[in-house]
Amino acid sequence: MNEPRIAVVGSGPSGLYTVAALLASGQPLYVDVIDRLPTPYGLVRYGIAPDHVKMKAVTRVLAKPFDKDNARFVGNIEVGRDLTHDDLAACYDAVVYASGTERDRGLEIPGEKLPGVVGSGEFVRWYNGHPDAAGTDFSLEAEQVAVVGAGNVALDVARVLGRTADELRDTDVPARVLATLSRSAVRDVHILIRRGPADVKFTPAELFQLSELGETDVVVHDGGGGIDDPSLAEDKRVRLNLKTLRTLAETPARGCRRRIHLRFFSAPAKITGADRVEGIVVEHTRREARDGAADPSGRFVLPVGMVVTAVGFRGTPLDGLPFSEAAGTVPNVAGRVVAGEAVVPGVYVAGWLKRGPSGIIGTNRPDGAETAAAVLADLEGRTFPARRDIVDLLAARNCLRSDWSGWLRLEEYEGVLGAADGRGRVKVHDLESMLRYCSTSV
Amino acid sequence: MPYVIAASCIDVMDRSCMEECPVDCIYEGGRKLYINPFECIDCGACEPVCPVEAISQDRAVPDSQEEFVADNLRFFADPLPGRAEPLGQPGGAADLGRIGIDTHLIASYQRDR
Repeated sequence: MNEPRIAVVGSGPSGLYTVAALLASGQPLYVDVIDRLPTPYGLVRYGIAPDHVKMKAVTRVLAKPFDKDNARFVGNIEVGRDLTHDDLAACYDAVVYASGTERDRGLEIPGEKLPGVVGSGEFVRWYNGHPDAAGTDFSLEAEQVAVVGAGNVALDVARVLGRTADELRDTDVPARVLATLSRSAVRDVHILIRRGPADVKFTPAELFQLSELGETDVVVHDGGGGIDDPSLAEDKRVRLNLKTLRTLAETPARGCRRRIHLRFFSAPAKITGADRVEGIVVEHTRREARDGAADPSGRFVLPVGMVVTAVGFRGTPLDGLPFSEAAGTVPNVAGRVVAGEAVVPGVYVAGWLKRGPSGIIGTNRPDGAETAAAVLADLEGRTFPARRDIVDLLAARNCLRSDWSGWLRLEEYEGVLGAADGRGRVKVHDLESMLRYCSTSV
Repeated sequence: MPYVIAASCIDVMDRSCMEECPVDCIYEGGRKLYINPFECIDCGACEPVCPVEAISQDRAVPDSQEEFVADNLRFFADPLPGRAEPLGQPGGAADLGRIGIDTHLIASYQRDR
């Protein structure tokens, strides 16, 4: 009797919580986790802001499946480049895509193609040492920077720009990023928030962190109507956020070198500049209606030299899978991929590709469990043919791959690298060096 | 700087927080749930889901409830009543199941006192 073979594409939180739930079933099964990067953990390694050091300890839990004999990490392998969906369908009884939504959504306003306008995904990949950003650098010569968005990514970007480089020394940012940050000319970071204080999507814990910045003043621009009374808010997240915003608004400025401005009811209308960003035209939006629509009360210009857009992400259409252009996700019912009304047999999604780019790490635990339950239900009672091992297929194609023990070697080296610089662990940020430590041909 | 569960959880134990915690670090005593400060990753996922609003960051606990900060730590750092060893870092509440024992503070706690 063969056990079912399952491929999970993507080793971020959504993929690995799905794997954990599959293994927790106790059913005989075999899982390969395939990632386009040679390293595991997806946005835990490359999304979580560097100053959220403790949150990265979630890897302790995410790594657990690889202690077992029936889960394997297959890194540096990209579906669409090294493998096709048909290859996966031939080698596995079920395929779960948990490869996320990596493309930045645009602002769709004039001037957004000017140099100096950067998607948050690109900026986050840079400061987190993602190999895709190994050739990217930012000069950070502008004193004024705008960050557009009202979610946690906007806060992450604002903190990285607003903190001192010294505060980020004890994190895993690559040395070159730390060097750029230490030369940064940034004085004011303007977070442009289309709606009001009660509408923001910040996680309360993330917003609260702004009240604890040691070297940065936070200025609240409430648009003239004050911060809504927290005790009147029904939703607890809203209440916690309003409480924090009131605290921030009541805290006098300390004369810090850098300031983060929370500008409510402020929507970008146009980015100006001759051959790079020189300013952003900001429109007030309607306070009473809270609908984000422009208010005739006027507009103002911020003389920014850089604009980071943090208004969400979209997935990329995957070879052989249906895709919703509108949502930027793969149509599915509880994780089962659907084309029109029909379920596509044996194909599943988890995480942001399934539900859109929202929620926090923990959101992926129940999300992955739901997808795993669908996989397990569909496999039940079936018999499974003998199938070709994907690793043999990859070897035949001369694909360079990493495995779990290779990742552990790289992880150890990153610790050594940091210690040499008097820091904790420091990331290796270019693919070639990464593979030197973690590929199976080492 | 972990999260802490305070008085309003006692005898309620809704457990929504346990489902939400990405690292499974909320453990079940006899009358109350406890967040393991050694394992908590400060993500804050538990705070908004608690129906009785028992959870807050340890430095944002209301003044009247500050004793719960030390007590949450005690649950893991000191041996529980009747046990020889402290719980320490078991690495996940699901595998351990219900512990069923409380610290002295919670065991003898009078609600609505």
